[in-house]
Amino acid sequence: MRNRLRSRLPSRDAVALTLLLALAIALPWLAEAAGNPAGIALATRIAIYALAASALNLALGQGGMVSFGHAAFFGLGGYAVGILYAHWSWQEPLLGILPGTVSLPLTLLAAVGLGGLAAAAIGALSLRTSGVQFIMITLAFAQMLFFLFVSLKAYGGDDGLSVRRQGEFPGLSLRDPAQLYWLCLGLLVGWLALLRRVTRSRFGQVLAGARQNERRLRALGLTPYPYKLAGFILSGMGTALAGALMVNQARFVSPDMLHWTKSGELMIMVILGGVGTLLGPVFGAAALVGLESILSAWTENWQIILGPILLLVVLFGRGGLMALLRRVLPA
Amino acid sequence: MGLLLEQLLNGLQLGVMLFLLAAGLTLVFGIMGVINLAHGSLYMVGAFASAWVATKTGSALAALAAGLAAAALTGMAVELLVLRRLYARDHLDQVLATFGLILFFNQGMVLLFGRQPLFVEIPAALRGAVELAPGLPYPAYRLAIIAVGLLVAAGLYLLIQRTRTGMLVRAGATHREMVRALGVDIRLLYTLVFGLGALLAGLAGLMAGPIFSVQVGMGEQILIMTFVVVVIGGIGSVRGALAGAVLVGLVDTLLRAYLPAALRGVMQGPDADALAAGLASMGVYLLMAVVLLLRPRGLFPAHA
Repeated sequence: MRNRLRSRLPSRDAVALTLLLALAIALPWLAEAAGNPAGIALATRIAIYALAASALNLALGQGGMVSFGHAAFFGLGGYAVGILYAHWSWQEPLLGILPGTVSLPLTLLAAVGLGGLAAAAIGALSLRTSGVQFIMITLAFAQMLFFLFVSLKAYGGDDGLSVRRQGEFPGLSLRDPAQLYWLCLGLLVGWLALLRRVTRSRFGQVLAGARQNERRLRALGLTPYPYKLAGFILSGMGTALAGALMVNQARFVSPDMLHWTKSGELMIMVILGGVGTLLGPVFGAAALVGLESILSAWTENWQIILGPILLLVVLFGRGGLMALLRRVLPA
Repeated sequence: MGLLLEQLLNGLQLGVMLFLLAAGLTLVFGIMGVINLAHGSLYMVGAFASAWVATKTGSALAALAAGLAAAALTGMAVELLVLRRLYARDHLDQVLATFGLILFFNQGMVLLFGRQPLFVEIPAALRGAVELAPGLPYPAYRLAIIAVGLLVAAGLYLLIQRTRTGMLVRAGATHREMVRALGVDIRLLYTLVFGLGALLAGLAGLMAGPIFSVQVGMGEQILIMTFVVVVIGGIGSVRGALAGAVLVGLVDTLLRAYLPAALRGVMQGPDADALAAGLASMGVYLLMAVVLLLRPRGLFPAHA
């Protein structure tokens, strides 16, 4: 009897998630009311990094592929937007055939496609190694792309490209920070829903199996390589989408987006939030971006505080924020 | 011909600097299984301590001692306070913790010394050039770096192959648990190995002072190159670190020296220079990717 009653009530997690989502949707009005419109831009950045971090988490947490080169996909997504804008403004087709564009659906699609292609190439080679070698070879590919974009003077080289025209999305005016935020939030929620489906599917289970024990997977008659590659490609596509959104928000793209410290930051968001959990990377992104913003407003030397905080999280908070949450609120 | 020899020596000089960093990193990695991103911070600490003492006292020997001591002590403190707790953990936890250490050390150096790069003079005895062959002068300081690097390599070889401590280090790299089971105080060994790695990183940092400027962030630039060296050479292998370091040093230097001219043959001047700089920087990573694809465990795997 009690069980039947309980199964009809929505679970506590579902209630908490609904409240959280409602809060996220209402955030622009709350920020406006609190007299802090800059909070919208901060929330947009959090949503974008959350998207990138949860994409990395698919490779890292689900598939056990510790990529130290995801900045490559983040930056490629960003450069897809920047380069298409540049050719649009120069009125000169890319490679003589592809016209430039500022239409957001098209640029996002191009970014995701480019990210997928790059992830297919990098993943196909890198997945022939494993362990520390995998960490280092993904780093190597990202560094190659970093130096490639530094040396491409046509697209600004070291200085990067300014994107002076906001992407156009039918029915939205993205000059309004709140509308850009809702777009990013919507894409984040859609991406998380996709990830949830993927991780629960047979494909996701095989991917998790590859992380836990490849030998057993082989004994079951499954070859891990194609599953891992597919997971890596999907992960690269999500990260590239986040990069494209980031350029729309910052209106600027530079090789900094491809720098290895960006790969490190994304990794830290995942670890901070909780590896292999659906919402962990979201909380991790919110915590890292939020801490950076709060500490840097407070003192110029914020890194000297953030460093030890990260250290304490590793030493005493195993499993990240999600584990902490579960400990405070046992199910 | 003279130019080529000079570039080869420059490559060798970069190579031995990378070796000093890579030797410590590969030992720490091979024996303790720790990815230490903060290894570059120890290089920076050595460089700053030595530069500061050099400007205060004007004595090169005092600067040398200060740089070595600061790096080694910082390294051992880091091992005792932080890394010791991470040996049994995931590589991911180690990456996060040592990234936190990087932030801490970088900002600490900003607080202590400011953001302006420090400039360090070459010690008086090593200024000027040595005539290697008629009409081929080469800076004495760079020759000294090469000599120090090769001496350290020889010393490490003797230490690891010929002493009891070295035997424990080799055994630890092959089978950590067994060494512990045989009653060796592995914790002390770990601290000593880490201190030695930090000392070598500090040595590289203080020697780099007069060549590159001493500034915050110098550690991360060279750290990634060092990882490339360690992976190419084979993780845990000091011999591999030497081979990888010289290879990386030569490839990087030669590409930077000869690629611009080669590209200028087919492209416009400034564009060719920019592209050449980019391609030259990509070179070592390409080398690493190729090595990993052909020999996933590096050129000299530590324990096959």
